[in-house]
Amino acid sequence: MNWLTNFVRPKIRALVGKRDIPENLWQSCPNCEKMIHHKDLVENLYICNQCNYHFRLDPTTRLNILFGKEEYNIIEIKNSFDDPLKFKDKKSYINRLKEYRKKTSHNDALSFASGNIENEKVIVGVLNFNFMGGSMGNAVGESFVKGVQLSLKEKTPFIIFTASGGARMQEGIISLMQMPRTVAATEILKKNAIPYIVILTNPTTGGVTASFAMLGDVTIAESGSIIGFAGKRVIQDTIREKLPDDFQTAEYLKTHGMVDIVINRKELKSTLSSIIKHLKNN
Amino acid sequence: MYDEDFLDFEQPVIELKKKFDSFLNENPNQHEKNNDLKKKIDDILKKIYSNLTPWQKVQVARHPKRPHTIDYIENLITDFIPLSGDKKYAEDKSIISGIGTFEKRSIMVIGTEKGNSTETRIKHNFGMAKPEGYRKVQRLYRLADKFNLPILTFVDTAGAFPGKEAEERGQSEAIANSISVSLNIKTPIISTIIGEGGSGGAIALATADKVLMLENSVYSVISPEGCASILWRDPNMVKQAANALNLTASNCSRLGVIDEIIPELPGGAHRNYNQTFVDVKKSINNNLQELLKINEEDLVSLRNEKYLNITSNLNQLP
Repeated sequence: MNWLTNFVRPKIRALVGKRDIPENLWQSCPNCEKMIHHKDLVENLYICNQCNYHFRLDPTTRLNILFGKEEYNIIEIKNSFDDPLKFKDKKSYINRLKEYRKKTSHNDALSFASGNIENEKVIVGVLNFNFMGGSMGNAVGESFVKGVQLSLKEKTPFIIFTASGGARMQEGIISLMQMPRTVAATEILKKNAIPYIVILTNPTTGGVTASFAMLGDVTIAESGSIIGFAGKRVIQDTIREKLPDDFQTAEYLKTHGMVDIVINRKELKSTLSSIIKHLKNN
Repeated sequence: MYDEDFLDFEQPVIELKKKFDSFLNENPNQHEKNNDLKKKIDDILKKIYSNLTPWQKVQVARHPKRPHTIDYIENLITDFIPLSGDKKYAEDKSIISGIGTFEKRSIMVIGTEKGNSTETRIKHNFGMAKPEGYRKVQRLYRLADKFNLPILTFVDTAGAFPGKEAEERGQSEAIANSISVSLNIKTPIISTIIGEGGSGGAIALATADKVLMLENSVYSVISPEGCASILWRDPNMVKQAANALNLTASNCSRLGVIDEIIPELPGGAHRNYNQTFVDVKKSINNNLQELLKINEEDLVSLRNEKYLNITSNLNQLP
C-alpha cells in the first residue's frame, strides 16, 4: 500500500526549521496566512484568532495546555532496541533516529505522562508528529502497551492524542505488527472497563488510524484535523475524481458518523473532564 | 507445465523452452532427447528459484497465474457454501467467504481474491477491500465463534482500497475492528499468506493464532514501489526498497512475524498447482490439529499475548 506516498514526505519537509520560535517573532497561519504574534498564539492555545486553524503541538506544549497549572509527571519508557532491520535508504535509519532525538529531545514518537484533570488521575499519551511524522514502529507499539499496563495497574482512564503519518516504513513488517499489538493493548482496557479516550489531532492517518486510534470508547477530533486511512492524493490518483475540499477533515468525519465530537481546543479539557466523570460515576 | 507468462528473470528458461518446443515439433518421437531438454529446463528453474531476490519474489507473488483464494477454496474445501454481505451496507466481492469442510471438519473460510482476468479483476476490485468487506469478515468471524468453527483465511491483497466512499464509510474503523474481533474469537484462526500480504488490508485478515506463508509470498507494510518513491524519491529504486523492507517469507520468519513457511517447488506455485494445494493443506491441517488441543480460554489469551509481545525480542536475534 502506498498511502504514505506524497504525504509524510512533504509534511516532514515542512517541519524542518519550524521549531523553537523565539517569543518576539511573528508567525503566519498555515491556513489563512495571517501574521500572528507568538504571544497571542500562546494565549490563544495555538489557535489562529482569524480562521480557527489549530496549530500542531509538540508533546510538551500539549501536556502543558492539558494539565494547566496542575503538576504532571512524564513517564519515562525505555525502548528495548533500535533499527531492527538495519534499514538504509538515502540515509541510514539509525542516523535519522539520532537526528530526531536531538531535534525533539524525545526518544521516539510516543510520550506518556500522568497527572490530574480536575481531580481525576489520568494516563495521557501524546504522539509527536515532529518525530518522523509520528510514525509507528516498535518503540511506539512498546510504549503504547506499557502505557496501557500502567493505566491498568492504577485503574486510571487512558487518554491518547494521535498525530501520525502511519506506519514507520524503516521498520518494514515490524511496523505493521504494531497494529495488532496496540489493538491487543486496547483489549486490556476494554476487558477492565477502563475509559479509553482518543483525541485525533492533525494529521492522523494510515496504520495508526486503522488500529488503536479508531477504537476509543469516546472519539474526539480537534477541529480541522485531517483524519483518514489513505492519503488524499493516493485516493485522487486511484479514483481519478476531484475530492471535496473538506474531505477527511474532523468535521467531514463527524458528518459521516466516524467521530463522536469535533472540538475546539479551548473546550477540550472541560469536555474530557466531564466525559471521564460520567464514565466513572456509577 | 510451462506457461507463457515468463518473468523477466526467467530469460534462460524462455530460450530453452523455445528450443524444446521446436525440437518437439520436428522430432515428436525422440523421447530421450526430449526428456533431456525437459530436465535441463527443470534444472535451470531450480537454480533460478533457489536464489530469488526479494524483488523477484514480489514479482512471483504477484504472478497473474499464481493460485488465488478461489483456487484454494476449490481444492482444499468441500461442500463450500458462500456467505455474502456485511448485513449493513453491501457485499464486497474482493473478499470471498463461506462455510465448508476441511479435512472432515466444518470450518469458516475467508480470503481476499484478486481475480485473474480483466473481467474478474474488476469484479473483485483487484483484491482491495472496502469497509463493507472487513465488516463482512467481522460478521463471519463472530458466526464462526458462535458455532465453534475454526477459521481459515487466505491473504492476497495489495492493500485496503484507497477510495472516497471507503474513507467515508470508515476504512480505518473497519480494519481496526477486524483486528479487534480477531483477538476475541474463541476458535482457532489460521491465516495463510498466499501471494501479496499488503499492509493494513492484510493484517485485518492475518491477526491469527498461526500465520503461514508460501515461500515466494511477500508480506509488507508498504509496496516496494511506494517505499521507493517516498524514501528514495525515485520509483526506480524498487529493488533496494524490496531488500530493505524485509518482506520475504524467510525475513518474516526470522523476525518472528510468521509461524511457518510453506515451501514451493522450483518454478513457483503458479507452475505447480497440485503440489502447492497438497502442501498448503498439510500445513494448515497440522497447525489446526495442534490448535484444537488448546482450550478456548487459553487460545484467546495466547493469541493476545502473542501480539502484545510481538517484535519485543528482536534485540535477541542471532
